[in-house]
Amino acid sequence: MRNILLPVGAIGVSLLLFGLIVSFSGVSPVEVWVLLFKGAFGDWYSWQNTLQRAAPLMLTALCVAIPARAGLTVIGGEGALVLGGLACAALAQAVPLPTNLAGTVMVCLAGALAGGLWVALAGWLRQYRGINETISSLLLAYVAIGLFKHLVEGPLRDPASLNKPSTPALDEGLLISTIAGSDVHWGLVIGVVVCLVAGLWLRLTPSGFAVRVVGGNPRAAQLVGLPATRLVVLACALGGAAAGLAGAIEVAAVHTSANAALIAGYGYAGILVSFMARHHPVAVIPVAILFGGFGAAGSLLQRRLGLPDASVLLLQGIAFVLILASEALRDTDWKAWFAKLARVPSAEPAPQGEQT
Amino acid sequence: MTADQLIIFLSGIVGGALRVGVPFLFVSLGECLTEKSGRINLGLEGVLVLSAMTAFGASYLSGSPWVGVLAGAVAGALLATLHGLLCSLPRVNDIATGIALMLLGMGLAFYLGKPLIQPQAPQLPALSLGGWSESAAVRSALEVNALLPLGLLMAVLLWWAFSNTRLGLLVRLAGDSANATRALGYSVSGIRIAATAAGGFIAGLGGASLTLFYPGSWNEGISSGQGLIAVALVIFARWSPLRCVGAALLFGGAGAIGPALQSVGIGWGYHLFNIVPYVLTLLILVLTCRPGVVVPGSPGELSSTR
Repeated sequence: MRNILLPVGAIGVSLLLFGLIVSFSGVSPVEVWVLLFKGAFGDWYSWQNTLQRAAPLMLTALCVAIPARAGLTVIGGEGALVLGGLACAALAQAVPLPTNLAGTVMVCLAGALAGGLWVALAGWLRQYRGINETISSLLLAYVAIGLFKHLVEGPLRDPASLNKPSTPALDEGLLISTIAGSDVHWGLVIGVVVCLVAGLWLRLTPSGFAVRVVGGNPRAAQLVGLPATRLVVLACALGGAAAGLAGAIEVAAVHTSANAALIAGYGYAGILVSFMARHHPVAVIPVAILFGGFGAAGSLLQRRLGLPDASVLLLQGIAFVLILASEALRDTDWKAWFAKLARVPSAEPAPQGEQT
Repeated sequence: MTADQLIIFLSGIVGGALRVGVPFLFVSLGECLTEKSGRINLGLEGVLVLSAMTAFGASYLSGSPWVGVLAGAVAGALLATLHGLLCSLPRVNDIATGIALMLLGMGLAFYLGKPLIQPQAPQLPALSLGGWSESAAVRSALEVNALLPLGLLMAVLLWWAFSNTRLGLLVRLAGDSANATRALGYSVSGIRIAATAAGGFIAGLGGASLTLFYPGSWNEGISSGQGLIAVALVIFARWSPLRCVGAALLFGGAGAIGPALQSVGIGWGYHLFNIVPYVLTLLILVLTCRPGVVVPGSPGELSSTR
């Protein structure tokens, strides 16, 4: 129960705070809240926009969630996503692929492989060299973005892309299509399925259980002889593969080629999604939809009220801080707290009487 | 490459090291102070961006860059204080809070700093150290940030204070053994919150030098991980403020390779040279860290090195 109430309360308080901050720029907070809801979940059009943004968020959140279950705080999902998109575009450019479903699967696998290897490197550095994985994964993300820009603006560039350096567009047959009757692409289904599979893997299989033991109690894992190093690197590789897949899907379904539009901060928002879902792969699905919704509503806030495009980032930042702070209330004994609150009014009238 | 080009290139690197290194120096000194008290503040990236925006805004509104510097440092201290307070709550992890503050600092800075992208703010004066040289390239390379002497002074002061003052010893005590601190009757949380806030103040000076000296304007890409590199840099400097100076200049030099090559007309691989500082940081971490072995000089209570 607390697992749900605390984050929901934190989101509520952060929306209140966000309203307070925007009211300083002369915008009515009520109008902002209404637009946030309308832009995210108001009508079918907003829902489509929301779901389209939720798809990559689910996968980048897994890049934090799976390593977190093995006891690591990995925050380099953005790098894995960018390299995944690059690998997808590069494979399609380098090799003539069958222009059907098989080809699409191949470019997606290429993305997952690239992302997986990249984040596995952070896990490997931690296990073999004792390097803090939070720092190394973020540094690797900056390296990945630099490599991406170098390759997209250099060797892999399509000479026809003048102002906006891009790789050549993917063949029509390799693209991921939309679900019939909507603008939402099949990447959403892939995201949901991957989240469910990851949840089942951690819950039901021996290897998933072993990963959780390593994360929960490394000493116990050592005593029963689990191969902790291999499991940690595996968890990182799987998380990175999810983020790499997100990049490949973004390229194959949205951008059709790898370009700078891919660097849109999904990797960073995924960190927040995973922390709010308490690193639970199945809980990632609804949380990703919620934050996809905030992202979708951001452009509406910008158009209608003239708020800066960073307002969504601000809302995310406030929500993240409050979600972590709400953990402090987890052990609070609410019954005793309410009982104390009920007693306070009876004690207070006396001093108030003196004042009047 | 001709001799002239070589001089331009080398002075570009040295000048770049002095220019790019200053933010690194302040952030690493701030992080060093924070970590000495036993806490890690990954949120210094957010502190750097927020203080860069605040400094630029204050300088633009007041017309004086020095007001900007002070405002930036205070903004940094406020955000860092929030980190210190949050981490003192039960069950709140300092690494996760740092990531959250990184996002919050950027969100606040980009939200409030939107109107500041166009205007020009009064800049900090430069100290000319290159008057002895005939070459214009050398002279312009040695136009150093007026905050650089302050940073050097602060490094020496911190180094001296850590071993010679009551406050410095208290910070180290809280960082090495929380139990011993409690036994002596001091508040561990109080010391750590104070050290984190002071660290944020120092890091805020780094943010101010980003927008008020080099590159000298406010935009959303003003810092790309400098705050985070500084965290790794402190490990490399083995928690010594004096070694932070050398490390910061080394990283400034690494970051200046790309622009220096561009100044002699080599544009190839611009983005590749820009990732040199990150790769260098990773290499240094690989060389200095060992699994299961605590890095020499590291404060005993630090969660990142265990």
